Amino acid sequence: MASPTLTTGTPDARKGGGARRVRRQLPASPWLFAAPGLLITGAFILYPFVSTLVNSLTDRRTLVPGEFVGLANFRELLHDDMFWIGLRNSSLYVLGVVPALVLLPLLLALLVQKNIPGITFFRSAFYTPVVASIVVVGLIWVWLLDERGLVNSLLETLGASPVGFLSDQWLILLSAMGVTVWKGLGYYMIIYLAALANVPRELHEAAAVDGAGAVRRFLTVTVPAVRSTMVLVAALSSVAAFKVFSEVYLMAGPSGGPAGEDTTLVMLVQRTGTGLTGRVGYASAISVVVFAVTVVLMLLVLRADRKEEA
Amino acid sequence: MSTAEKTRPAERTRAVDRERKREPRITDEHGRRVRGWELALRYLLLLGVLALTIGPFLWQLSTSLKGPTEDIFSSPPKFLPSDPTLHNYERVADTIPVWDYALNSLKVAAANVVTNCVGAALAGYALARLRYRGRRVATLVFILAMLVPVEGIIIAQFTTMRELGLNNTLIGVVLPGCVSALNVLLMRNAFLNLPYEIEEAAFVDGANVWQRFYRIALPAVKGTLAVVAIFAFMGAWDDFLWPLIVLSDPSKFTLTIGLNYLHGTFANDERLVAAGTIIAVAPLIVLFACLQRYFFRGVGEGAVKG
Repeated sequence: MASPTLTTGTPDARKGGGARRVRRQLPASPWLFAAPGLLITGAFILYPFVSTLVNSLTDRRTLVPGEFVGLANFRELLHDDMFWIGLRNSSLYVLGVVPALVLLPLLLALLVQKNIPGITFFRSAFYTPVVASIVVVGLIWVWLLDERGLVNSLLETLGASPVGFLSDQWLILLSAMGVTVWKGLGYYMIIYLAALANVPRELHEAAAVDGAGAVRRFLTVTVPAVRSTMVLVAALSSVAAFKVFSEVYLMAGPSGGPAGEDTTLVMLVQRTGTGLTGRVGYASAISVVVFAVTVVLMLLVLRADRKEEA
Repeated sequence: MSTAEKTRPAERTRAVDRERKREPRITDEHGRRVRGWELALRYLLLLGVLALTIGPFLWQLSTSLKGPTEDIFSSPPKFLPSDPTLHNYERVADTIPVWDYALNSLKVAAANVVTNCVGAALAGYALARLRYRGRRVATLVFILAMLVPVEGIIIAQFTTMRELGLNNTLIGVVLPGCVSALNVLLMRNAFLNLPYEIEEAAFVDGANVWQRFYRIALPAVKGTLAVVAIFAFMGAWDDFLWPLIVLSDPSKFTLTIGLNYLHGTFANDERLVAAGTIIAVAPLIVLFACLQRYFFRGVGEGAVKG
């Protein structure tokens, strides 16, 4: 079997009635089954999580063990311009990306919901950007948005002057958001499709009989019916957006655009924490901020959900 | 709407769709007939979105096929290469060991599929079907692990790897995600949904726990296993941040890291970068085209279960 480790079994505690039919087993075998998963998860997820929390209180570096410094890292964060830039950009990313990812995939799902000829092809095609690696997607868009790339040459053909999508601090961030939305559309579209399939058709029919037009029916029937899915999408996409790394890294470059102004928090973690001189302790402190904001975002979204229900 | 939709696949389906449109039985999800103009509008919108989603890939493909003498910056842009050539694909291989990188990616992805399928199935079975003290704790471990954002622990994962002496190895790339908690919980839910009766008979016949797992329960959850396999492959093939951190030696790079390297080093020759990205994305698009049914099921299931 897969793992010979973890031989200390726990005896099947309940000898009597509660134990179900599946009891003919060595006491240790449930643990043998779970061992590979538990070991990997413990060693590479939970242990690093705990050690991130611990490291954030030390001045550990890549090659130096480091000592306990209390909250010094966090105090330093308060005066670190780069940290505030990262926090600003990651937050802006949430504000820019989430509304688009909550609304556009829903409209897209409505568009591909009807079973008309060829619709399976369209659904798959719209999902392709999700499948492609973020690096591929990023490089494709770097080329499209290049000063002499497709988008600009189309603009020029139309008589407009070229736009420096990848040279202006704000346009870089905006372009990266566009790429995130573009890549995410298909994923959330499928989630919405599953939700739309459960909307009772009587509701639409009743509304239609009452003379409600398409827009009206969307607002009074569809939106309320998929509201909980919208909350789910908002939660998933806001957490993902706050942790953005690859899109900005690829479009703004490893140093985060002009004067590092496009750096996001996770980019900052990667930049400060790795390499031979990496400040592991300090990078861990930034990671702790990332955790904290992620948790707060989740709570905010769930809270908003509950409020509307009440 | 961009001109990208004028490319062939779109036109082909449009032709096919037009043909089928003549048939009288096009109905909406409520079984009502769809009016002609509404259908036309729908297809128009669909083609517009199609151009936006597929167009960039086709433009990249077209760039990768354009020869060294062809102007790739022309305005108005030219979509079809005037003299298509595979020359750029040869040149990528001369510039970076792209096939070695592809092989590295393949190794990592294959290992990820095997470990995730085996590890998640075993653990999922233990969580769903076996009774023992500590089961709730074990389940909780996976739920907690699923909630930990990977981006927040990469530095600690990196130091853990270094303590194990596995930095800059492909094993180090695979290990952290090799039994993902989400997959364990997916398998657990699949096993939970099986009726107990199907194992009962085997139990009465004296089958031990391994036999019941391998012979009876596992074949019954093949669908979920396929979903786990597909997502494990895709996740490993597409991953960027973790390999970027753990790999430093260019000979060990996976494709995504190699591409980033190619982009950084040869940013001036878009034809090369384009050829590299096509090499990286083509296998996935083929895989996806073959297995799209499972993809959609997987996303649906993943969404429901968080």
